[in-house]
Amino acid sequence: MTTQLPELVLDVTPTFVISTALATRDFQDVHHDRDKAVQRGSKDIFLNILTTTGLVQRFVTDWAGPDAFVRSVAIKLGVPCYAGETLTFSGHVTEQEGSEATVEVVGRNSIGNHVTGTVRVVLP
Amino acid sequence: MTAPKGISAVAREMAAQGECTPRVARDPVNEAMINNWTEALGDDNPAYPAVAPPAMVQVWTMRGLHPNPDDDPLGRMSEVLDAEGYTSVVATNSEQTYHRHLKPGERVAVTSRLEEVVGPKQTALGEGWFVTTRSIWRVGDEPVAEMMFRILKFRPKPVARAAVTPMVSKDTEFFWVGTKIGELRIQKCAACGALRHPPGPMCPRCNALDPTFIVSGGLGEVYSYVVHHHPQVPGKRTPFVIALVELEEGVRMLGELLDVDPEQVKIGMPVRVRFVPSGEFTLPAWEVR
Repeated sequence: MTTQLPELVLDVTPTFVISTALATRDFQDVHHDRDKAVQRGSKDIFLNILTTTGLVQRFVTDWAGPDAFVRSVAIKLGVPCYAGETLTFSGHVTEQEGSEATVEVVGRNSIGNHVTGTVRVVLP
Repeated sequence: MTAPKGISAVAREMAAQGECTPRVARDPVNEAMINNWTEALGDDNPAYPAVAPPAMVQVWTMRGLHPNPDDDPLGRMSEVLDAEGYTSVVATNSEQTYHRHLKPGERVAVTSRLEEVVGPKQTALGEGWFVTTRSIWRVGDEPVAEMMFRILKFRPKPVARAAVTPMVSKDTEFFWVGTKIGELRIQKCAACGALRHPPGPMCPRCNALDPTFIVSGGLGEVYSYVVHHHPQVPGKRTPFVIALVELEEGVRMLGELLDVDPEQVKIGMPVRVRFVPSGEFTLPAWEVR
């Protein structure tokens, strides 16, 4: 039986997009300035990749616990995650060798898969 | 302008240069920045801030709000592509490997090299080039994390910003002059007095070529309408309602019916004109009264 991770549902407000962009020191205007984002062909401001990476890691450590060690986070971005979206992470363990597990993660929103990723984590 | 062949050639040269000068983190790993990060991302893992979240590794060496010029290959390649009109960027892949946890007080430095630049590719966002770099973070000489990072630098598809504008002729000019000053003008035959819309040179009743106009009271009823879903129209968000309105003066006129749920529109609905500036023009539209 595959181990499913508990879902993580995030309300991606403009405040969330902007505060995470700044906390990751990403000052690209598309992550905090809607007018510029629209000028550059986007619908709205959207999550930056450092945040998406961090959220994928958080999704796995929420399940694996504070003593786990994340070895790697590999992600591929799909559709953007605009302000106003709900982002839902789901995932399952695809492989476990000793204490090291491989977790496949999908983060989806109303327009599709925002991120698909693989996390390798050493469990306590 | 460099030809596309030029971009590839520049990329090959840059890739051959190997690792760039190390960029040292502005700050050592520290609790304040860890706490800002966990607060923003909503990560309540109690392991932090005694150690840094591994996925923060890239944060320590971000170039910041006022970047200093450096030889980072991603920045240099981006400049080359910017100059060619590939001015927009989205990240597409990030593969990070962490060798150990970082603790407050440690200062990392990153070196990157350009792996490859592939393009031009037609993507959903527009034509672009995929730029792949590899980075290594070190504390002193010890590698602590590595990353493959890929971005798409693309030429944004032109966003049609202005709405479709009317064609203006000698026969219709009076109408558009009117909307600009808040008058809804209806053409009137100076010979027989018949009103007509849309405007034209000849009276369909008496064939006189002597048009003048009256100013409408701007009130009418929905005579017919369509809800437009597809195709997309520049400057418009679908769905929208186009109503044929029978004015109290007796002529029918087309315009967008504004601020209304398409489901709620009914034949006979009373409306009034509203003037909507659009670029150089002012368009007549309708609102429910």
